[in-house]
Amino acid sequence: MKEKAVVQMVDVRKSYGSQEVLKGVNLSIIEGKTTVIVGGSGQGKSQIIKHILGLIRPDSGSVIVYGRDISNISKKELKKIRTNFGVLFQNAALFDSMTVFDNVALPLRERTKMSEHEIKKIVSEKLVMMDVEGTNEKYPAQLSGGMRKRVGLARALVLDPKIIFFDEPTTGLDVKKSNEIYRVFSKTQKDLGYTAVIVSHDVPKIFNLADYVALLYNGVVQGRGPSGENQLSDSPMTPEEFQLSDNPIIKEFVETTMGPLYLSEMEV
Amino acid sequence: MLNFFEKTGAYALYYVNEAGRMGIFLLNSIMSVVKPPYKIYPIIRQTYIIGTLSIFVILFTGVFTGMVLGLQGYHTLNKFGAEGLLGSAVALSLIRELGPVLAALMVTGRAGSAICAEIGVMRNSEQIDALECMAIDPHKYIMAPKFVAGIISMPLLTAIFDVTGILGGYMVGVGMLGANRGTYFASMYKDVEFNDIYMGLIKSLCFGILIIWICSSKGYFVHLSRGGGFGAEGVSRVTTNAVVLSSVSILLFDFFLTSVLL
Ligand SMILES: Nc1ncnc2c1ncn2[C@@H]1O[C@H](COP(=O)(O)OP(=O)(O)O)[C@@H](O)[C@H]1O
Ligand SMILES: [Mg+2]
Repeated sequence: MKEKAVVQMVDVRKSYGSQEVLKGVNLSIIEGKTTVIVGGSGQGKSQIIKHILGLIRPDSGSVIVYGRDISNISKKELKKIRTNFGVLFQNAALFDSMTVFDNVALPLRERTKMSEHEIKKIVSEKLVMMDVEGTNEKYPAQLSGGMRKRVGLARALVLDPKIIFFDEPTTGLDVKKSNEIYRVFSKTQKDLGYTAVIVSHDVPKIFNLADYVALLYNGVVQGRGPSGENQLSDSPMTPEEFQLSDNPIIKEFVETTMGPLYLSEMEV
Repeated sequence: MLNFFEKTGAYALYYVNEAGRMGIFLLNSIMSVVKPPYKIYPIIRQTYIIGTLSIFVILFTGVFTGMVLGLQGYHTLNKFGAEGLLGSAVALSLIRELGPVLAALMVTGRAGSAICAEIGVMRNSEQIDALECMAIDPHKYIMAPKFVAGIISMPLLTAIFDVTGILGGYMVGVGMLGANRGTYFASMYKDVEFNDIYMGLIKSLCFGILIIWICSSKGYFVHLSRGGGFGAEGVSRVTTNAVVLSSVSILLFDFFLTSVLL
């Protein structure tokens, strides 16, 4: 494989009590490409993201980000790796005691030495890009769910990160708004060339954006082969490969999601 | 029987674990206070929230504590014909003991609970995770200003408590019960030494740190709390725990500090 994997998860397992959520996840995220993670609610998509962000330690297995296994590095090194990240959490995770403007400005204020004037310019630019200008002085609780998401996106992109993680960026948005988000996304990705990890339910639309697709089902990323086996970590599937896969679970997923169906509703 | 041992073991492990993470939390917070960069505005804001907004409660409780001390003190001292000592009795009990302790208990109830709930909600809504992912240290960003504000506010609030208490004692002892006005202050002037004030100051500083430490770390670790720390219920339970633990620790610590400082 000639492409460089910036993130590699190798046989990652994680349990909560008696519930094993991740049962040996293998996944590579390729530099400069968009990897889309699909799968039903509660399958552990957000858990995968949190493992890569270093917020959760795996019970076993390794999570390698920029060549370092982040499940056992120092806080300082982890912090350094995280300077490359831009994250949108599933529920946006805006700071609710700060205005929208301050939320988006926070990374600039804390991590750069920009003047308030420059900060103002960049923040306004991002808010316009996400179509939430005019909300500057509002608090997150005064926004709709979709607007919160878009403010979260603006905040995730404000430092021009090298790798972005979007957990369900368009859930709760109407079709027009979500198309707009995807349009902005593919444009900025072309311009800035960042690596993207997107969790989404927008199948098949999201396949147009994706360079690689990973289906999480039953605690593992499904592989391409016919036996429904675990995906090997160094062979991510392109959307075309995904749609032609022999894996019965993927086949079923592809057949049933040509409408807005979730995997959890499917009998395998 | 085995079940009993298992349960006790699990309890013990949980509390050792909790003590450990709270200890590390304190170290991290102290480090984050000491390490640059220093930002003034968040400290002013927190001092306002923790200190300024507590002043009314402190004035109110201070004056009534002083009044009751005046009342009790006058009647007791009167038995020995020693009403002349009323001023120093009121002042010494306030400065050495009641001022720091009661002010700390009031601040725990007013500001400590708010701090715990605030941080707990931030944890449960992934705001703390978000900070970490932005490579912003939550200790530096959230905890450090609160610790500094606690260290600034507590001694000042205690001083306010002491002064209003002394005035409350004066109102009752001199104003209502007719103790001599001159001797009230003269005895105070004669008997209160620098050591007494020093003791009160040390106590209030320690309590300030103790309150912020316990209340913020309880909120910070709400997701690890026993019985599940999720949602509003998790936060409310942890807040109750924080207030109880903080109040009990203030009284315990008061005993130890007094025995060391005396
Ligand atoms: N802190 C936790 N404690 C217990 N169970 C958890 C916790 N976090 C996640 N889970 C479980 O992990 C599973 C996957 O969650 P998640 O990653 O949020 O799913 P999704 O694919 O919808 O993003 C869920 O079944 C959830 O119950
Ligand atoms: Mg999720």
